Amino acid sequence: MSLRAKCAIAGLGQTRMGRNYDHASPVGFAAEAIQLAVDDAGLKITDIDGLLVNPGVTWMDSVMASFSLQQAMGLKDLRLSATMNIGGATAGAMIMHAAQAIDAGLANVVACVFADAPLKAPTPGKAKEGSAAAYGFGRGLNAAFGQFGVNAMYAFVARRHMHLYGTTNEHLGAIAVAQRQWANMNPDAQFYDTPMSMADYNSSRWIVEPFHLYDCCLVSNGGLAVIVTSAERAKDLKRPPVYILGMGQGHPGGDPMETLASGAPIAKETAFKMAGIELDDIDLAELYDCYTFTVLVTLEDYGFCKKGESGPFVANGRTGPNGSLPVNTGGGQLSSFYMWGMTPVSEGILQVRGEAGRRQVPKHDIGLVSGNGGILSTHSTLVLGAHP
Amino acid sequence: MILPPAVVVPPTQSSPKVTNCMAEISKPVPSITPDLSEFFEGARNNRLIVQKCEQCARLRFPAYEICSNCRSTRASWVPVSGRGEVFSFNIMHQVYHPGFAAEVPYAVVVIELEEGCKFVSNLVGVKPHEIRCGMPVEVIFEKLSDEVTIPKFRLRAAR
Repeated sequence: MSLRAKCAIAGLGQTRMGRNYDHASPVGFAAEAIQLAVDDAGLKITDIDGLLVNPGVTWMDSVMASFSLQQAMGLKDLRLSATMNIGGATAGAMIMHAAQAIDAGLANVVACVFADAPLKAPTPGKAKEGSAAAYGFGRGLNAAFGQFGVNAMYAFVARRHMHLYGTTNEHLGAIAVAQRQWANMNPDAQFYDTPMSMADYNSSRWIVEPFHLYDCCLVSNGGLAVIVTSAERAKDLKRPPVYILGMGQGHPGGDPMETLASGAPIAKETAFKMAGIELDDIDLAELYDCYTFTVLVTLEDYGFCKKGESGPFVANGRTGPNGSLPVNTGGGQLSSFYMWGMTPVSEGILQVRGEAGRRQVPKHDIGLVSGNGGILSTHSTLVLGAHP
Repeated sequence: MILPPAVVVPPTQSSPKVTNCMAEISKPVPSITPDLSEFFEGARNNRLIVQKCEQCARLRFPAYEICSNCRSTRASWVPVSGRGEVFSFNIMHQVYHPGFAAEVPYAVVVIELEEGCKFVSNLVGVKPHEIRCGMPVEVIFEKLSDEVTIPKFRLRAAR
């Protein structure tokens, strides 16, 4: 039986983002986000009977994160609990798991949450700590060669794309600039007040070539939660229901330096079939953007353009506020905040509801939301709809 | 790329090296873990060896318990030519370990060996911004300690 529009997202809760030291640990951010999401939906904390948690990198005891969060919040008598992690595709996967469980009668109101706190409050007299530490690990022999962190691994893949297809830094920069323009209309974005031109992009410092600073996502403290429930119940709640029309996952395996592709083609096939849509039906796309490069690959893999042609495709501002394909309309992870897969999910919800303020796209019936984890290793697709 | 097994060298781990009476912080020296003991023995003898599946003959590096091509658990270590070309590379500008502070920006390269196996390393003798995909390279060996020698690469004449 198809799960099309059987369930809906009824609540969205988002803490302050960025250099936010309101809580000492991710548990505090997660609890705040869940409370905000429950309030948004017009529900009570005691209505929650399912809890799915995607712990970030700084979550202590992350193996049992859902249980430790349940205990911290004093949640009782849950019918569904799981700690989930397939990297940036987890947010989509949590929402899928919630919808499946609700449709099967295993739970009624499921909270899905991501939280992390990699930034430490500055100590007087000490130099400000950079954000690189949390993601700058080196493994085994790689460390002896100076190969540290996720940036460096994505850089290998991006370089291959440039080598084979002629993709340039200007192409990467087109994504960064377009998303910054969106962020400048999003008061919740960390770069809300900071415009950026292509010249600013080009003169920003290198992190690891071919990536400038503004090719890389932000690092944020915060928590972001959504409430999933049946479409039937969502209709009677406070917010406009965001119907889950389609969902799918795709995990291609193999070496991304060879394939230069994500799992989107696999996940899309499942999700679009369920939703009964074609690519042309998409009004807006919230695509996982750990790097500008990830957006290029994802545009190709959903079929917005051919493999290798994403650079020229975006070069004219097509994905920006005045373009024909609105992409990452809140600024994305590059310019709003980095809550892994919950960043595109949250913007997709706001747009489909029609609550995105100055950056609201005029037609917002169907939104595409992608998640991506590892080095193009895992992928999730959600098709969100304003109508069942 | 496929993540190597979780043999984590913490960014702070380094052995102090004394040169000209000045203490320097050296680059991280990899631990000789059981799965790589034969590899390091080969490197000590200036031989580049990789794992070979005994069932389907697929080469792999780093070491894994099973072959991702045929799932056999039987493998041996075999020497390879050490010749290949630059498959991809990056140029690191951030210092994640103090041992690299004096070298940024420096390049890390992915070498595709003639035999078809990929190897992350450094390219010696070429300025980072002069590196290109497809450059022909050959292996050289850099001794870090009595126990640990690591393979690096240099340009070779294309045939």
